[in-house]
Amino acid sequence: MTGPIDCDIHPIVPGIASLMPYLDDHWRETVVRRGIEDLTTISYPTRNPLSFRQDWRDETGRTATDVATLGRQGLDPFGTRLTILNCLYGVQAQFSEDLGQAMSCALNDWIAREWLDRDPRLRASIVVPMQNVEMAVDEINRCAPDRRFVQIMLLVGSESTLGRRHNWPIYAAAERHGLPIGIHAGSMYRNPMTPVGWPTSFTEEYVNQATAFQSQLTSLIAEGVFAKFPGLTVVLMESGVSWLPAYLWRLTKFWKGLRSEIPWVSDPPGSIVRDHVRLTLQPFDAPPEASSVMRLIEHIGSDEMLLFSTDYPHYQFDGEHPIPEGLDASLARKIMVDNPLRTYSRLKEQETVP
Amino acid sequence: MNVDVLNRSGLQSVSASKLAIADCDIHPRPAGVGIGGVSKSLYPYLSKRWLDHVEEFGIQYRQPWEKGSCYPKGQPQACRRDAFLPDGRSPGSDLGFMAQQHLDPNNVTLGILNPLTSGQGATNPLLSAAITHATNEWQKAEWTSQDKRLRGSVVVPYEDAAASVREIELRAGDTDFAQVLLLSRTAEPLGQRRYWPIYQAAVAANLAVGVHAFGNGGWPNTAGGWGSYYIEEMVGHSQAQQALLVSMILEGVFEEFPTLRVVLVEGGLAWAAALGWRMDRQWKKLKRELPHLKRAPSEYIRTNVWFTTQPIEEPEPRSQLAEALDWIGWDRILFATDYPHWDFDDPAQALPLKLTEAQRQAVFMDNARAVYRQG
Repeated sequence: MTGPIDCDIHPIVPGIASLMPYLDDHWRETVVRRGIEDLTTISYPTRNPLSFRQDWRDETGRTATDVATLGRQGLDPFGTRLTILNCLYGVQAQFSEDLGQAMSCALNDWIAREWLDRDPRLRASIVVPMQNVEMAVDEINRCAPDRRFVQIMLLVGSESTLGRRHNWPIYAAAERHGLPIGIHAGSMYRNPMTPVGWPTSFTEEYVNQATAFQSQLTSLIAEGVFAKFPGLTVVLMESGVSWLPAYLWRLTKFWKGLRSEIPWVSDPPGSIVRDHVRLTLQPFDAPPEASSVMRLIEHIGSDEMLLFSTDYPHYQFDGEHPIPEGLDASLARKIMVDNPLRTYSRLKEQETVP
Repeated sequence: MNVDVLNRSGLQSVSASKLAIADCDIHPRPAGVGIGGVSKSLYPYLSKRWLDHVEEFGIQYRQPWEKGSCYPKGQPQACRRDAFLPDGRSPGSDLGFMAQQHLDPNNVTLGILNPLTSGQGATNPLLSAAITHATNEWQKAEWTSQDKRLRGSVVVPYEDAAASVREIELRAGDTDFAQVLLLSRTAEPLGQRRYWPIYQAAVAANLAVGVHAFGNGGWPNTAGGWGSYYIEEMVGHSQAQQALLVSMILEGVFEEFPTLRVVLVEGGLAWAAALGWRMDRQWKKLKRELPHLKRAPSEYIRTNVWFTTQPIEEPEPRSQLAEALDWIGWDRILFATDYPHWDFDDPAQALPLKLTEAQRQAVFMDNARAVYRQG
């Protein structure tokens, strides 16, 4: 096989009716009687320029609602050999744990039947009901035997910081099944996207997702998640990349000054991050001069951390060139193929049937 | 870092041979017993109405504790152990001691005072106005009028813009004050319109607006809820500063007030370039949402925003810090020590880079004189 491995791509749920076959009678009735129409969140409003690249939209203003279209627009032009589907449908934002659980189960079954069964290039992340850790672990255990599920997905805007101990059963399950934890942009909307309150514009909210990733990384490191689960890999998805060096410099400085508060963090944060954390490529918030891109990579301090992504159908680049200018060819090769294969052990497996 | 005050002869000799510096983040602190969260040193500057209130009801913020701050600090009062006075009084509470320990040996010829425990963000807005006013009177009476190297910051009750404007107008033209001071953790992002009268008044008074880390806006300090540890709070000040800067830029504050000078204090600076790249990239796709922006977001950083150095990021190799500062612009950088706090950056060691003489002069003095309009 040749071609890149795209680690962040988004199938779109056409509507709640698509999930009905995967809900039991009680929840089907709930959807109908309570008039639940749709779970598209304000993280990616339908008509927003970022949610769907303009030339990919169909007559409904959307795209990526079926396998054929996703393959034609999102895979074929880039020669993609494998891709990981991260379905962003607001099941995590439900306040009812029960509803969150029912919708997560339905969503994962819908992904398996309507997507993974229909194109051998597709893999997926397990969507979990973040409302309840036990339910999340149950869903991981239910889906993990299907080895086309290669990752567990959480949203960066969580209810409690992701490092906190009550979330650890999720990481234990991830380690047990050999699944990375993918943290994707988006939110349960329990807290504002900024530490100073709710933004007023979509642009402000989206830009601030990067700061949310920074805080979650601090939490995961400070609470000792990587000391407790040495086999765990965390992938930050649609997080942006260029914030990482300055963030790590500050974290490392304070770790030197305050490590007695968190004595279980015995390695420098930069070393923990290089060993355990990966980031998807798009949106690549690069310096405007291509000549500075490799300097940024030097500041990141590793050529193994970036994973190729198009973020299809989100609008992150024009044309058919998702690899930023200025990356040298050998690094591009690592980003497109080697790094994803090392990150996702299940991608190397040939069998696709559970 | 902690440096023993009794063993500073080596540093003093280094200092004596080097240029004068501007320190853009010095923390004076009212001494004396705190009653209900307000130091008795401020009592002479409080009306009886508020003095009685403080005695009986104290002061509350959007955080749990009667004494102390949200997270236990790394050191008592977050201060260098050697900065406590010999009689046990609070670090930063005595001008003579501060001069002897910091201003004289480090050759600080311009020091910007940033009082932090001044009632900003108190839940009672009238009390906040009273304590901030008292703090300004205290700065003038006990600091800036006593030592010509020092300039005060006009602390304002920023959640009440009208009261803040009154306080700024009261200080306009008083050369003892160099800036208006806000804290970063506000009730809403600082670009929102409720805060605009503050910027208008600052521009009218020709004062910069400093935004120092900390505060109690009531929101969790991350998008995923409250962090558990002080290190999360401290690292997180950088995220809060990024968020408030994004808000100020995208809301159009610098379009409305093109001469506004904003100084971000103690939130780091190496992130500024990457944040600019990120904003510019998204703005290109989403600019129809923000038609009031006439320039790419990063350009406002270049013209209206300055950053203090402490706590300076420390990459390995250190040369990467110089590259980060190249990306931000050396004219944006203001040296600061954060005296007397535990994470003090010593001017002899804080920028271990090969600076050109022009860069050194800009960062350690000229940029501060420019932004604070000090001759």
